[in-house]
Amino acid sequence: MSAEFAPWDEPDAVPLIKVENVTKRFGSFTAIDHIDIDIFPREFFALLGPSGCGKTTLMRMLAGFETPSEGRITIGGDDMAGVAPNKRPVNMMFQSYALFPHLSLWDNIAFGLKREGMEKDKIAARVEEMLKLVQLGKFAKRKPHQISGGQRQRVALARSLAKAPKLLLLDEPLGALDKKLRQETQFELMDIQERTGTTFVIVTHDQEEAMTVASRVAVMDHGKLIQVDTPQKIYEEPNSVYVADFIGDVNLVEGRATAVGEAAEFVWGEGQPSLVGMPGGGVQADRAATFAIRPEKIAISRDEPEARNRVHGKIIDIGYLGNLSTYHVQLPTGAMLTCEVGNRSRVARRDFTWEDEVWLSWTETAGMVLPS
Amino acid sequence: MTRLTPFNIVSLTLGFAFLYIPMLVLVVYSFNSSKLVTVWAGFSTKWYGELFRNEAFLEAAWVTVKVGFFSSTLATILGTMAAYTLVRRARFPGRTLFSGMIYAPLVMPEVITGLSLLLLFIAIGLDRGVLTIVLAHTTFSMCYVSVVVSSRLVTFNQSLEEAALDLGCTPFEAFRAVTLPIILPAVAAGWLLAFTLSLDDLVIASFTAGPSATTLPIKVFSSVRLGVSPEINALSTIIIGLVTIGVVTASLVSKRAISRRAAEERAAET
Repeated sequence: MSAEFAPWDEPDAVPLIKVENVTKRFGSFTAIDHIDIDIFPREFFALLGPSGCGKTTLMRMLAGFETPSEGRITIGGDDMAGVAPNKRPVNMMFQSYALFPHLSLWDNIAFGLKREGMEKDKIAARVEEMLKLVQLGKFAKRKPHQISGGQRQRVALARSLAKAPKLLLLDEPLGALDKKLRQETQFELMDIQERTGTTFVIVTHDQEEAMTVASRVAVMDHGKLIQVDTPQKIYEEPNSVYVADFIGDVNLVEGRATAVGEAAEFVWGEGQPSLVGMPGGGVQADRAATFAIRPEKIAISRDEPEARNRVHGKIIDIGYLGNLSTYHVQLPTGAMLTCEVGNRSRVARRDFTWEDEVWLSWTETAGMVLPS
Repeated sequence: MTRLTPFNIVSLTLGFAFLYIPMLVLVVYSFNSSKLVTVWAGFSTKWYGELFRNEAFLEAAWVTVKVGFFSSTLATILGTMAAYTLVRRARFPGRTLFSGMIYAPLVMPEVITGLSLLLLFIAIGLDRGVLTIVLAHTTFSMCYVSVVVSSRLVTFNQSLEEAALDLGCTPFEAFRAVTLPIILPAVAAGWLLAFTLSLDDLVIASFTAGPSATTLPIKVFSSVRLGVSPEINALSTIIIGLVTIGVVTASLVSKRAISRRAAEERAAET
């Protein structure tokens, strides 16, 4: 591919899935609140949010296990209303993997193909292909309890891909794996997604996972979509304090926006110099606002720097994380800012120590001014 | 592990003596050569021979096995269906009422169940025989099956069924291809329980049996009223023997299955 993969920016691209004004209520509880999403073919789309935000409900509606109370879902142009799960061009990989314990891995993967009434030798060929894809060929005859957790995860993936669905739904697919295995598997997932050309929709509460694997991330809260964007935009240009805070670490300072144009000016704390950042989320002048700045974008120095945004404070705490060190700096107003510095040389040469008076600074485009 | 204290030994001895001495006496006297049940006159297996020449007993035993087989099979089908609907198909009006009602016969005195069935059969003009006993036994044993199967279904991971639907099964195919094979041990246990209950039953069978069909418990009970015969001792000994073989085999098989599975799981993680 020469151009970057970004069908959501192309006006004539046809989405595979259209979620139009969908609401789902369980009794008096609204799980999904008027959501619109377009998901394009070959996308790796992540639904991200804390537990109870409605992401799983939305996925279950795509699979056909729940029906929308209002609104419409179309997949490949077909309205999915009244279409049972077994009639949809969609397969799902379940959080608990849901491997059939009484069947061998081979029969687990063949299960969906047999339902289709595929010929025996074609089924065999397809199962072999799938086993090869997830590198489990020699375990074909084993039962699910005879393989490890990571291998079960791969069987579940192979089983859900066997029918070559237009859309694969993954419900917290890596939740049960330990951290190291999870990271390896993330890259494996991306690789398989690319090779099979299937559209993936993944549900996760792990923001790092969503950022790693997804082409676009939808951040959800209380049944609403807060922001749908590429991982980079979600991180660098959050549209709200909620998104800025949910994705990664961020320093948040309360204050007021004074002037909003190309850049936004922000005043806060008595006697403190004003700050300049990028406006976001429709922030307006003369309204309460929050300044959001990522810890790694803040520079720390002993002498007063030239930068437009600079504050003076005292180091209260230092955290050594191996690859980087974090400094917690208290400002005269009492506010705490965290700044992260990469440890690029192995020899520990600490420039700063506890109680040191230091300057923190960052560029005019590093921070965001968001509505409070 | 702590050692057995004298107190433990005494309690074990007393408890097991209480449980097994009556049966032991019965087994011993089944090999008595005397016609008088309580007088020991030397070892003999002649009563076993007599038993196998007694047509009435053999006929009753055959009826009992037939009744047990058909009633427990029917009870298993109905009880499994009821349990599946009550546990799985979550919300429908009157669900709590139905769940309560399916267990009520468990605590109903047998005399009442028997009497009401008898009245029903008379009312609809059904001649009492094997069929009526089968129906009666199905009625009371399906609640037991339903209890056993529901307790398994409660711990059954529902996403297994959803996965089957997702892979193209209709709800019935999902039940047949995934749910049933997985809950099969519980269904089999329910069948065995229903079978045992049916073999065991005297009260309900005596209400619903007719002159054309008598079950073994009825036969034994009525012949004991005319005096205990050594043939009955022999019969009981055979039953005790069969039950013992069944229980020992079942526990050995399940113990071996559990330890093999544990070993396979350990091997899988390494």
